Amino acid sequence: MAVATIGDIRGAIAERKTTATTLAHDFYSRIKKEDLEIGAFLTLCKERALAQAGRIDAMAAEGKPLPPLAGVPLAIKDVMMTSGVRTTAGSKILDDFIPPYDCTAVARLEAAGAVLLGKLNCDEFAMGSSTENSAYHVVRNPRDKSRVPGGSSGGSAAAVAAEMAVAALGSDTGGSIRQPASFCGVVGLKPTYGRVSRYGLIAFASSLDHIGPFAKTVKDAALVLRTIAGRDPMDSTSAEVPVPDYVAELEKPVRGSAPALKVGVAKEYFGAGLDPEVRAVVEAAIQKLAELGCEVVPISLPHTEYAIPAYYIVATAEASANLARFDGVRYGFRAKANTLSEMYRKTRDGGFGMEVKRRIMLGTYALSAGYYDAYYLKAQKVRTLLTRDFDEAFKKVDVIAAPTCPTPAFKLGEKVNDPLAMYLADIYTVTANLAGIPGISIPCGENHEKLPIGLQLFARHFDEATLLRVAHAYEQTR
Amino acid sequence: MKITDKDVAYVADLANLDLTGDERARMLRDLNSILEYIERLGELDTGNVAPMAQVSDRYGVDESRHGSERFAYAIREDVKDGLRKSLPHQVALDNAPETDGTFFEVPKVIER
Repeated sequence: MAVATIGDIRGAIAERKTTATTLAHDFYSRIKKEDLEIGAFLTLCKERALAQAGRIDAMAAEGKPLPPLAGVPLAIKDVMMTSGVRTTAGSKILDDFIPPYDCTAVARLEAAGAVLLGKLNCDEFAMGSSTENSAYHVVRNPRDKSRVPGGSSGGSAAAVAAEMAVAALGSDTGGSIRQPASFCGVVGLKPTYGRVSRYGLIAFASSLDHIGPFAKTVKDAALVLRTIAGRDPMDSTSAEVPVPDYVAELEKPVRGSAPALKVGVAKEYFGAGLDPEVRAVVEAAIQKLAELGCEVVPISLPHTEYAIPAYYIVATAEASANLARFDGVRYGFRAKANTLSEMYRKTRDGGFGMEVKRRIMLGTYALSAGYYDAYYLKAQKVRTLLTRDFDEAFKKVDVIAAPTCPTPAFKLGEKVNDPLAMYLADIYTVTANLAGIPGISIPCGENHEKLPIGLQLFARHFDEATLLRVAHAYEQTR
Repeated sequence: MKITDKDVAYVADLANLDLTGDERARMLRDLNSILEYIERLGELDTGNVAPMAQVSDRYGVDESRHGSERFAYAIREDVKDGLRKSLPHQVALDNAPETDGTFFEVPKVIER
């Protein structure tokens, strides 16, 4: 099985060199062989995949024009609802939950011809940075199986890195697409807030949650984004902003662009705590951008050090409200109890893992009487300051370049008993969620242990086109 | 400002969690460590800064209008001409742990 990209696969099916059904079987064989050790998948939906593959093959046989993702084997983070296919959010509280409808992003992928192989492991309710908070099993980083794949979309990153899916969807509330993409050496894109509908995404923090693609190449990520982006009446925060043809946009040359594209480099993203090897590799990547004809401009994002504290207040406050719905009444796990109050408590105590409880507690505390102004309101004001930092920076530059993470993938078990150390793994990613700007992580090198390192790029709201264009140009130099 | 065992018990109660003794001890330690880190927000003067609750307010809100009219962008196309179809009754009950076929069933709420 040599074909690797979305374009290759669609072409091979159109030219009848292979069939979508053959491909689906090939990928299931690969999953069977590889995933026992890696642990990326939670549920396979073979019946649904083969039915879709059959439809694509029938179209190809009749010589009909094929949709843009025809026959492409994809997989979905298990926080996105799939009608009739178990969806757990990585939690025991949803162990037997069968959604009655599809997440919009999933439905759009299938409408574009994609074949959904299955559902991917993640931290419980997407809360974590290593996928070790999954209530099911850990995911091992395909590049070094003693290490974490990152999180919370660790299954998505690992599935693409281990070639068990051509692309995948993940969700990113504080870095959960970009950080695992960096750790596993693949491309991960968090679009602008409002670019992709959140309908059918199991909510963690509604003002910070984003759906986005993982892929092997920037172009494939652009193809998936083009498919899932755009206004959806079912999500009032999805924006009425036209969706450009991202694939055409990324082909536009960076060199010779007049005036030259400006790439900002903020000193706050290269301070204490950044691994020296990561620094060197990311700086070399920025040098490459200069060689491509970009003008590198020093900038400042002065409030960056306040991003993690602001983020963990806003995210946990929203989570504590969103997760109040898990009470054992309408769906999911229910504990046996004699009174309603006892049922709520036993259900939540037994159904949620430690990190989820910790975040519910922190969020409830931050919203409780007497602390609301000091924590939640304060964090929302700091969110304004962090967003203004980007607004100011984007008056001067078109793109901002930074490391995705301060270190390469860490060892399994290394940070599980220190939640604060785990939270700090998101130090370079959370600001983009607070501000809602798009961000991408692309592989830019390795450390001495051959562990992948990611280059992160940010752009203005709804300017994924420029983001993808610079990322693609950089990718072509490697 | 350190939180105490009593605070943990109070917040757990608000959140409808019981927590085991061991979980309460870990919660006390972890929350204090996280809150200590969060205290640094106090270094920033935010007296004249407006709070930001939503990114979408940046591109949707019409400041020239008043009240809920400001959020006209969020009104769904599909409900302008009447209600959209909702989930069929049976489908909505399918995932429920206990029903009587019409309603969700829960333990008795009112003692008499």
